[in-house]
Amino acid sequence: MTTISLPIPKRPVHPTGVWSWITTVDHKRIGILYGVTAFIMFLTGGFEAMYIRAQLAQPGQDLVSPEVYNQLFTMHGTTMIFLAIMPMGAAFFNYIIPLQIGARDVAFPRLNAFSYWTFLAGALMLNLSWVLGGAPNAGWFGYAPLTSSVFNPGHGIDFWILSLQILGIASLAAAFNFVVTIINMRAPGMLLMRMPLFTWMTFITSLLLILAFPVITVALIQLLFDRQFETNFFVPAAGASPVLWQHLFWIFGHPEVYILILPAMGIVSEIIPTFSKKPMFGYPVVVLSGVIIAFMGWMVWSHHMFTVGLGPVANSVFALTTMAIAVPTGVKIFNWIATMWRGSIEFKTAMLFAVGFIWLFIIGGLSGVMHSSAASDAQQQDTYFVVAHLHYVLFGGSIMALLAGIYYWFPKITGRLMNETVGKINFWLVFIAMNITFFPMHFTGLNGMPRRIYTYDSDMGWDLWNAVSSAGAFMLGAGILLFLYNAITSARSGEVASADPWDGRTLEWSISSPPPEYNFEQIPIVQGRDPFWAQKYGGVAMVPVAGGSGEDAVHHSIHLPQPSYWPFVASIGIFIGSFGVLYINAASWIGVAVAGIGALITMIAIYAWSLEPVNDPDDGAAH
Amino acid sequence: MAEATAAIHGEHEETSTGLNNRKLLMWAFLGSDCMFFGTLIATYVVYQGKSIKGPYPIDVFSIPVTSVSTFVLLMSSMSMVLAYAALRRGNLSSFRIWIFSTAILGITFLGFQVFEFRDFVHEGLTPKTNLFGSTFFTLTGLHGAHVTLGVIWLLSLGFHSFKGGMTPDKHLEVDLAALYWHFVDVVWIIIFTVVYLFGVFPGIN
Amino acid sequence: MSTTSSRSKAYLGGLLLLSSIALLTGCALDDPQSTFDTVGPVSQSQLMLFYWIFGAAVVVFIVVGAVLAYTSIRFRRKSPDDNPPQTHGNTPMEIGWTIVPVLLLAVVAVPTVMTIFDNANSPDPGALTVEAVGRQWWFEFRYPHPTDPDEQVVTANELHIPVGEVVNINLESRDVIHSFWIPKIAGKVDMVPNNSNTIWIQSDEAGEFYGQCAEFCGEAHALMKFRVVAQPKAEYDAWLLGQAAPAVDAVEPLAAEGQALFEGNVAGCWACHTISGSAKSRGSVGPNLTHVASRGLIASGIIENDQAGLRSWLTDPCESKPGNTMCTGAAVYNNPDKALDEKQISALVAYLRGLD
Repeated sequence: MTTISLPIPKRPVHPTGVWSWITTVDHKRIGILYGVTAFIMFLTGGFEAMYIRAQLAQPGQDLVSPEVYNQLFTMHGTTMIFLAIMPMGAAFFNYIIPLQIGARDVAFPRLNAFSYWTFLAGALMLNLSWVLGGAPNAGWFGYAPLTSSVFNPGHGIDFWILSLQILGIASLAAAFNFVVTIINMRAPGMLLMRMPLFTWMTFITSLLLILAFPVITVALIQLLFDRQFETNFFVPAAGASPVLWQHLFWIFGHPEVYILILPAMGIVSEIIPTFSKKPMFGYPVVVLSGVIIAFMGWMVWSHHMFTVGLGPVANSVFALTTMAIAVPTGVKIFNWIATMWRGSIEFKTAMLFAVGFIWLFIIGGLSGVMHSSAASDAQQQDTYFVVAHLHYVLFGGSIMALLAGIYYWFPKITGRLMNETVGKINFWLVFIAMNITFFPMHFTGLNGMPRRIYTYDSDMGWDLWNAVSSAGAFMLGAGILLFLYNAITSARSGEVASADPWDGRTLEWSISSPPPEYNFEQIPIVQGRDPFWAQKYGGVAMVPVAGGSGEDAVHHSIHLPQPSYWPFVASIGIFIGSFGVLYINAASWIGVAVAGIGALITMIAIYAWSLEPVNDPDDGAAH
Repeated sequence: MAEATAAIHGEHEETSTGLNNRKLLMWAFLGSDCMFFGTLIATYVVYQGKSIKGPYPIDVFSIPVTSVSTFVLLMSSMSMVLAYAALRRGNLSSFRIWIFSTAILGITFLGFQVFEFRDFVHEGLTPKTNLFGSTFFTLTGLHGAHVTLGVIWLLSLGFHSFKGGMTPDKHLEVDLAALYWHFVDVVWIIIFTVVYLFGVFPGIN
Repeated sequence: MSTTSSRSKAYLGGLLLLSSIALLTGCALDDPQSTFDTVGPVSQSQLMLFYWIFGAAVVVFIVVGAVLAYTSIRFRRKSPDDNPPQTHGNTPMEIGWTIVPVLLLAVVAVPTVMTIFDNANSPDPGALTVEAVGRQWWFEFRYPHPTDPDEQVVTANELHIPVGEVVNINLESRDVIHSFWIPKIAGKVDMVPNNSNTIWIQSDEAGEFYGQCAEFCGEAHALMKFRVVAQPKAEYDAWLLGQAAPAVDAVEPLAAEGQALFEGNVAGCWACHTISGSAKSRGSVGPNLTHVASRGLIASGIIENDQAGLRSWLTDPCESKPGNTMCTGAAVYNNPDKALDEKQISALVAYLRGLD
């Protein structure tokens, strides 16, 4: 069909072992890659947190120097947000969305693989900074002008900038994929208002990603240019305003926190109906709340900047918009509770984590309302009160929901159930430890303890609660390790799971555990919400799509996208190129050359990728 | 039926909306690129008039010259439309003429930019000089990078057609490139207005 | 098992709540940076607003928590054949539980906006106005001169204010973003380079109050503190007059030796510090030391200003405050060949102790 004159290697055909993972374009495998990598990064971020809590356990300690401490909290925040929570969500988007909408894969399988490998490149680059001159040390929010080359020589900040850019590319690629997949690849009859709530929240999150990431991309480009090419974007001496950085960062940063929580809310919105044996109460309202939260999330960003001097008018406006966003959030909580009301609730571990999420998110949400009042926030901003709030919503919220999701979908993914007894101990350990760690931070914050300090004096009255927090943190670490133990042993020798261990409601439970490579033998026609439940108990059979009769016909007509090298190669090019950019001002021509080589590799990969058909026409049999 | 590998068999798309997946992808990408340029333009506007030393826009801009390059880019959008129409009709030689014309017009635009940048540097305006220099060069430079990538894309499509790679049923390939190209052109119109035209009004540095 | 787990969850929630109220109100009251021990109108208004919102939050938590707890227990599965009615929603309820939060938030919003404006606009713009400049990692304070309108009185790290009066502070930064925070007196406002901010404060109690930088500003952020001394007006005026007076040359031999060292090139202190009255010491990199002995602490609120404290600071500032400018910038500290010996340090200490 097309002739290519470049010496491009032949496309992999039925690769095995490591190559099968490197060249995979199967959404399920990519989901597993994301999940495992994200969990390793979660442990890394947790390790950084342990170090922080060890240092703060007592006043006046010097387990780490201030410089290393500043690197630790910067890396902890950046890792947890960009390398743990977001990719863990992506793991679920990848594995579950096609199953929930009745598709065989995502719209762009190679783009999907590319987004994983690029994420891995970003994760590697960020962590290499530890051994290549020092990790970034200016916080996950990198306020100018502290991040300028004047106040921050060395390469730590450059690692931070470039890793985030790489991660941004990965996130954008994934977001494009999921938007198109969800809009265009739903099974017949699956109208938007019949989609599972996890799919809905993923859709909204993907739209937020598409619109929010370019803002921080530009901010990071501008900062990089200031550092590498001596431009003036955030240089006060040239008349620039450091507040511009804050605006750009938080215009991204606030939608980012909804990117972190909406998938979690989606997971919880799957688990609660399933384990209450009732449909989600007020489904359209829950969808609408998600949309409203995403929309309003663009109007609140300056609540992170209440003390920067925007003036009483701006502060009042943002205080009001921030309070307003509490309404749709509260509505979701009420709908979850109403779903449980008069249901038949079974507290499997997934349900424990989901309900635990609700408790902790209520607390986090309420402390958020306290922050929304700009006047009293002047006492809370930049103190441990904020640290308490953010951990209640991000750990008590996102992480609890992700753990719930793992307990819930583990049987679907691995074909085995996680151990329920260990699971319950896991839940209580994590739930209690989380509160011991983070609740006292409300007290230290209101007692005047600022954030981001590597030590404190004994006469401040913060000793007791810091010691308690640190003890809780180690307990929490143990809880996470227990989770890991449960996951690993269950994957090896857990009880074998049926296709539908939870008496589920949505399409993923209608296929085997784990699913076959092609997901659905026959794409179902959907006639309402919770189509699998309707088939089981409502007599509404999911009539298969006409045209396939019998297994043979099915197997011959299913064409799955074939593996490809190019996504992996493109990511390598980006990784190499970024290293070149990193060292441009230090090693100019070498830096430019390496950047050029990286760019060239990526461009060749993209070119070959675009010429490579989705399926090799010479490949005879299906998959 | 709803296969992940829906190849393009004629006009009927086997997708939930009837829209082609890749076309939807291009629109989603352009949405993100909107925010990208929006942020760059917002930074430019925020810093307009705030440079503490010159050169200032009124010192360096030549509206007549930039109007010509703008016109060139606008014409390239027209030739892009003609290229697409030619391919759909099956007129391969017309397609080649128009797609290469588009690329050449794009290169001409870039040439104007290069000369303009050189002039500005000679007049003492570099990205390091002041806020105007930093914001101007970054915004127009990144736009130029987008044009460059577009030119490469167009040239590939053109060369592809020599090997029998472009047929009327592959019009989507050109349609996607055309969407991107028109977007880049629209962004330029906005830049020309906000940066150049507004820049030379008295009172705005 | 599921009985215990859901009931325990309910009890745990209640326990957390009660203990939090008890501990919040009981234990944190008079710690040095406690936001509950307010001494002036600004911090007081902020605390009142906090209590108001906290009260609303507690009510919400109790109500929603109780419903959640009740639901978790009451509707546990009794048999695997349970077949609960598949209720899809209830529009009046949805409307109801949308309106109630809106009303609750309105109750929070009104005092919020009022307090924002009250605290933003100084009730007395003509009152004493001090300039506070944030620098890595100390605070410079510049007062209007008591007698000469063309001059300022410059000091560092210890801000004196008259009790019971409005004081306006103009906030600047010479380098990165810092934040000016005296929890007992007022919530914080940031010090942003190129962006002047203002804050008005007032302490209705005499005493010494702790302040701390509250915006991450680099290596020694944790050690960037200051003190605010609120004094009766007469004492404040006397203090300012004292600060405005130039230093006198040292007379006592060891102190004179110290002054010579300070103004000489062996130690080189004159290049970074100002001592008004000395023709040589006119540096502006570090704090103004004209009346350094009058301050309670040195090194921005972290070291006692006595013999031992001064000695340890001058011997090794890197030890006390890693990364600080004196440690990284002064030759005597980053070049081992130029390090000061014990006798020289004693002389400098004597000189500085005389600058009161």
